[in-house]
Amino acid sequence: MSTVEKVGGSVATYVDNRTGSNRFLARNLKKVFPDHWSFMLGEIALYSFIVVLLTGVFLTLFYKPSMVEVVYDGSYVPLKGVMMSEAYASTLDISFDVRGGLLIRQMHHWAALLFIAAMSVHMMRVFFTGAFRKPREFNWIIGVTLIALGLAAGFSGYSLPDDLLSGTGLQIARGIIQAIPIVGTWGAFLLFDGEFPGTEFISRLYGVHILLVPGLILALVTVHLMLVWVQKHTQFPGPGRTNNNVVGYPLMPIYMAKAGGFFFVVFGVITLIGGLVTVNPIWIFGPYTPDQVSAGSQPDWYIGWLDGMLRIMPNWETVLFGYTISWNIFLPAVVIPGIVFTAAALYPFLEAWATGDKRDHNLLDRPRNAPVRTGIGVMAITFYFLLFIGGGNDIIAITFDLSINSIIWFLRIAVIVGPPIAFLITKRICLGLQRRDREKLLHGYESGRILRLPHGEFIEVHEPLTPKERAVIESAVEAYHTPLPAAQKTDANGVRNKHYRRENLRAKLSHWFYGDAIVPPTYDEIEAGQAHVAHDAAIEAPLHEHDVDTTVMVPFHGGILHTEGEPATNREQLEERGGNL
Amino acid sequence: MSDLTTRDSAETPDHGHGPTTDGDGTDLARPLFTGPGALPAADVPHRPRASDVNPKAARRVERQIAAMFMLAVLMVILFVIAYVGIDPYTMAYVPVLGEVGAQNAALGFTFGLGVFAIGAGAIQWAKKLMPDVEVVQERHTMTSDAEETDAAAEQFERGKEESGFGQYRLIRRTLIAALALFPIPLVVLLRDLWSPKNGGFGPSPSEVLSETAWTEGMPIVTDGTYVKIRPEEIPVGGLVSALPENINEIQEEEHNLNARGKAAILLVRMEPDEIRSQQGEGWDFEGIVAYSKICTHVGCPIALYEHRTHHLLCPCHQSTFDLADAGNVIFGPAARRMPQLPIGVNEEGFLVAKMPFQEPVGPSFWERG
Repeated sequence: MSTVEKVGGSVATYVDNRTGSNRFLARNLKKVFPDHWSFMLGEIALYSFIVVLLTGVFLTLFYKPSMVEVVYDGSYVPLKGVMMSEAYASTLDISFDVRGGLLIRQMHHWAALLFIAAMSVHMMRVFFTGAFRKPREFNWIIGVTLIALGLAAGFSGYSLPDDLLSGTGLQIARGIIQAIPIVGTWGAFLLFDGEFPGTEFISRLYGVHILLVPGLILALVTVHLMLVWVQKHTQFPGPGRTNNNVVGYPLMPIYMAKAGGFFFVVFGVITLIGGLVTVNPIWIFGPYTPDQVSAGSQPDWYIGWLDGMLRIMPNWETVLFGYTISWNIFLPAVVIPGIVFTAAALYPFLEAWATGDKRDHNLLDRPRNAPVRTGIGVMAITFYFLLFIGGGNDIIAITFDLSINSIIWFLRIAVIVGPPIAFLITKRICLGLQRRDREKLLHGYESGRILRLPHGEFIEVHEPLTPKERAVIESAVEAYHTPLPAAQKTDANGVRNKHYRRENLRAKLSHWFYGDAIVPPTYDEIEAGQAHVAHDAAIEAPLHEHDVDTTVMVPFHGGILHTEGEPATNREQLEERGGNL
Repeated sequence: MSDLTTRDSAETPDHGHGPTTDGDGTDLARPLFTGPGALPAADVPHRPRASDVNPKAARRVERQIAAMFMLAVLMVILFVIAYVGIDPYTMAYVPVLGEVGAQNAALGFTFGLGVFAIGAGAIQWAKKLMPDVEVVQERHTMTSDAEETDAAAEQFERGKEESGFGQYRLIRRTLIAALALFPIPLVVLLRDLWSPKNGGFGPSPSEVLSETAWTEGMPIVTDGTYVKIRPEEIPVGGLVSALPENINEIQEEEHNLNARGKAAILLVRMEPDEIRSQQGEGWDFEGIVAYSKICTHVGCPIALYEHRTHHLLCPCHQSTFDLADAGNVIFGPAARRMPQLPIGVNEEGFLVAKMPFQEPVGPSFWERG
């Protein structure tokens, strides 16, 4: 035993005596995680959040959350002698007079943008594969909350430099708060210590940005990961993968190296971008003053859809008993986002109720095998992107020389008509893919090779599916359901069904969800079909005879001892490693 | 006990076909499984990597990984050199990126590449040298056993009994009352988030929002240079951003920009016969009209003015107002017209406000009515 091992061992014992850590390690170092590129999306979110935390700590050392007016005396010549808040002046100092300050500031901003982007795409992956289903509904809700918190973190940070752009964003936020019926005016006065812009808001927002929101995110991320750990990660269908197992690589060493390495990759890419690509050049915008704004004001990308909704909303306002209700602001900025996030959070429960599916799901759905869910997801994305376009309508109008009024009118209509169309198209595409899958399961691939048989018949050779393809496509069999039976108004004895209306709605929803699905073949039919295809291939085989590669494996450092020939299987490799995995 | 298992291949039904194998090592004829997952993961064909079968390839990978880690070491050294050695104010030309701060780009490049290399090396190590054999673990349902559930219920009941929570109705109700009221102080304490200056109750928010710095006879000055304006200085089609004369005094007194945020106006001159309507009779001065600069939607300052159509467009949400027609909304999400400031000239010939704004400026609010 080397010295290092001895020291390591005694440290482990020391810690174990006090925490029982060895029990945890023994159980978990070999914990298996399934592998798929899309599982990295959540990792990107986590790692970019860590980068945000690290760079954020550095920024707090130099940033001054104060709206006290000072005369700028830093090294950025165009603003020398200009009155500005300390917040803005200190942000300029970070950008110009702290070595590496701009790098860290830009890393912080880029990482925040990436954090929210990665969370969003991760959410789509989870949605489209049905990973939110039982037993993972809590984690879905936590995820939706994390995205909302991510928006709050991003917006509060965007507002701190107190440049002209961020101040404009705050002014809009203030206008939105003021539009909330009954409590809005008072709420805005309390938050801003009176009128806009006041002198307190930046320092108040600072506490929210560096403590409250990141603290909540950190806490929820911890719970999110613990649940992933305890429930074990979902996996895509594949050979040997069932609802009751996890097929993948062990935590130590594979995932430690892969995930740990990936952290450095994400960190490195953010650093490269932060060093080489400008983001939020606040020195160009100038200090905030409430009577100025620049054309083409844009929020960060993740606020774009909310801003877009604000832009395309018709100008409805009512005065009722002497009180003003600003529907034009309250609906798009408060009510609809509230509905969107609530509906997203509740979706797993709605789907489970509508389909009557109460089973655990550890094997992911292929999106095509849940056409209605996939359609709903694409519908949501369409809605989002139309609003996102709305958020940049002025830029689009200028870039493409279009009338801004036409763009807004187009969006007002498209945001209502577009999503249902997207739903229908998506659903049809899914059903088409289901049909093709059925074909493949029954008849294999069309190889395009025409074979003339000895008796003169021509056939097209069909290729059988590989085990992997077959296992993946065959998952349609398990994903297929017949809808719930129609509700009955009375039972067999003629007693009125008290729950008829609810059951009827549920049956209809279930029919909507499952009704159009293509019936997949049974396992027996698949078996027969594939055997038939294999028979075809066997007829053709003599034409393609060739020597199978004989692979020789030789022992070497840490490698796998193998002799020769036939395809190695996991089992053989495992056995050769003496069950060492 | 290990829950790591490799399932027995005897579970795989063999329908009597001998294995025929293609070049990829895929078993074609043998029915592999019946139903998803029936093929034991252990029997999934597995292709060895070059680094598994060829010691030379393995050694090449080893060198690659070490090279990446060495690159990380080198980059850290270069980072420190760049931090110490490059003048922070030097600009450098980088293709594609253009003119960049030399030090910032160098710091980002060295640090970023170094960190990236660590990650790339680790991943290469995992993918090429560590085993790429998939293993299987069984899952366990999250649901507790029946005994565990019973035990939990039993303990809960015992606790409830022992506490007497069900028994002492008075205690229970008073406790609920106490707990319900307990957060109130925490909310009350928030009242002074907005504190009126001289203690007590100041003006209400709606009163504050309804007033601006404009008073009768207040001279109008340009924004930025703060000089008084004579009507003849504004040409037809001209646009001037303006403020009340005392704006800087107020700012120095109040130490904030609040007054500026409400009092900002736009002066626009058009031919008098182009003015189709105003918010009050004779509120213009010889074709010069003054409107609030603060959008009635959510409060962005507006300055995108098209002098041929007299339209004013908000850059934030594209609300469009017609200044030739009483500042009415002609497009976009704003519901209210732009408030107009009645103007005239004083005896010295400078533009002044004839009276304050007659309605609150800026975004709507609940009490506005």
